[in-house]
Amino acid sequence: MISNTGFWAFLRRDLLLINRRRGEVASPLIFFIMAATFVPLGTTPDAELLKDIAPGIIWVMALLATLLSAESLFASDYHDGSLEQMLISPQLLVMPVLGKVTAHWLTTGLPLTLVSPFLGLLLSLPAAGYLPMMAGLAVGTGCLSLLAALGAALTVSLQKGGLLLTLIVMPLYMPVIIFGSATAQYSIQGLAWSGPLAILGAMLALAIALCPVAIANVLRLTTIN
Amino acid sequence: MNWNWFYRMGSPRWFYETTSRWLPWLGALTFILLVGGLVWGLAFAPQDAKQGNSFRIIYLHVPASFLALAGYFLMAAAGAIGLIWKMKLSYMVMKCAAPLGAVLTFLALFTGAVWGKPTWGSYWVWDARVTSMLILLFLYLGVLALQYAFNSKDVGNKASAILALVGTVNIPIIYKSVDWWFTLHQPATITFTQAPSMHPAMFQPLLVMILGFYCFYAVALILSVRVEILARERKTSWVRERVKQAAQNSLGATL
Repeated sequence: MISNTGFWAFLRRDLLLINRRRGEVASPLIFFIMAATFVPLGTTPDAELLKDIAPGIIWVMALLATLLSAESLFASDYHDGSLEQMLISPQLLVMPVLGKVTAHWLTTGLPLTLVSPFLGLLLSLPAAGYLPMMAGLAVGTGCLSLLAALGAALTVSLQKGGLLLTLIVMPLYMPVIIFGSATAQYSIQGLAWSGPLAILGAMLALAIALCPVAIANVLRLTTIN
Repeated sequence: MNWNWFYRMGSPRWFYETTSRWLPWLGALTFILLVGGLVWGLAFAPQDAKQGNSFRIIYLHVPASFLALAGYFLMAAAGAIGLIWKMKLSYMVMKCAAPLGAVLTFLALFTGAVWGKPTWGSYWVWDARVTSMLILLFLYLGVLALQYAFNSKDVGNKASAILALVGTVNIPIIYKSVDWWFTLHQPATITFTQAPSMHPAMFQPLLVMILGFYCFYAVALILSVRVEILARERKTSWVRERVKQAAQNSLGATL
């Protein structure tokens, strides 16, 4: 049986490490806000037009912010050798990986979700869209973190893995972004938004079940060889 | 059950020698099917009532799309076989299937764009199937990029095999979500003349072309795997002997 101990130990460890260099947590957030601010500057300040594309913009920016922060998920563990130590331990790496990804989500996905109403304000998102957008982001960024971790594991041993990570993970993000922004759009149009949110939840459940196993195997492959 | 045939298939030398016998026949069949299907489809099939002659690009577009998708699954299956049974040959097949599939996907998108201009009035529309094909191209490019990113060929093979498998899990989800997204945003100006039943006189050449593309894919894949085998096994005695023989033959021919 897989014990839970690895999960909590690695969650705590990663949170502690992140707490020591808080600047790293802030950068994806600042990027998220800054990049979204550029869209009205590049298109139009017209509130009527902006409100239609606001959910899409917020989701694309959340996706990019997650990808940017994902590169460092396993990088420091790989470079200082602790990943190898993790791999030679008799324990399966599945729960520790899930712990690390959870720490990543707590420091990227969750803050993004919490500041998203601010972006909604800037992009003149209608009031009805705030809660669904936050609910969608909270669930959807979980999927984003898990898939980004898979990409990070595949590219961890490469010198310049960052861009490649983006390339290989982005196509996999498409269903998440479709249903994520649909959750907000449905509520703006006055439709029931629980449907797309439920599908996001189903995708998160599938990702939680499959991704950590794949990541653990990929790490063994890319680190040991 | 006797599994010898399966393990024998893992030997590059066996593959090389067997395909040497198959290739002339398969090549001839491909040539007959492709030329026959093209002439039949382009010259003899009746014109479409609405689209006139422009519909004839279907004879390239549909087979290319078929093979693009089938090629992805073949690539992923070859990668899975490589990961499970650690067969060198199946990694070679996976490696060669990736650029082939990417080119076919591009061909499907390109012919679709050429077809879209007279039919829909624009080269690109965000149609569900068009978008899915574009994502498929991105998936292929990701596998290709990952394959060549590693210094060690072995790690590159395994990593891209895993990525191909993850893509396989995702393809149905991607396809369904794009479909759903499209029904949500369907633009009213475009009507899809998706004929549910094609006239047999149009359908038969298409069937020939699809078969021809399958054979062409097999020939192209086998040829590139053979090159890969020769490059990888260049230090073994059977390859050296073969090269020496081929050199002597060509020398004899020139003299």
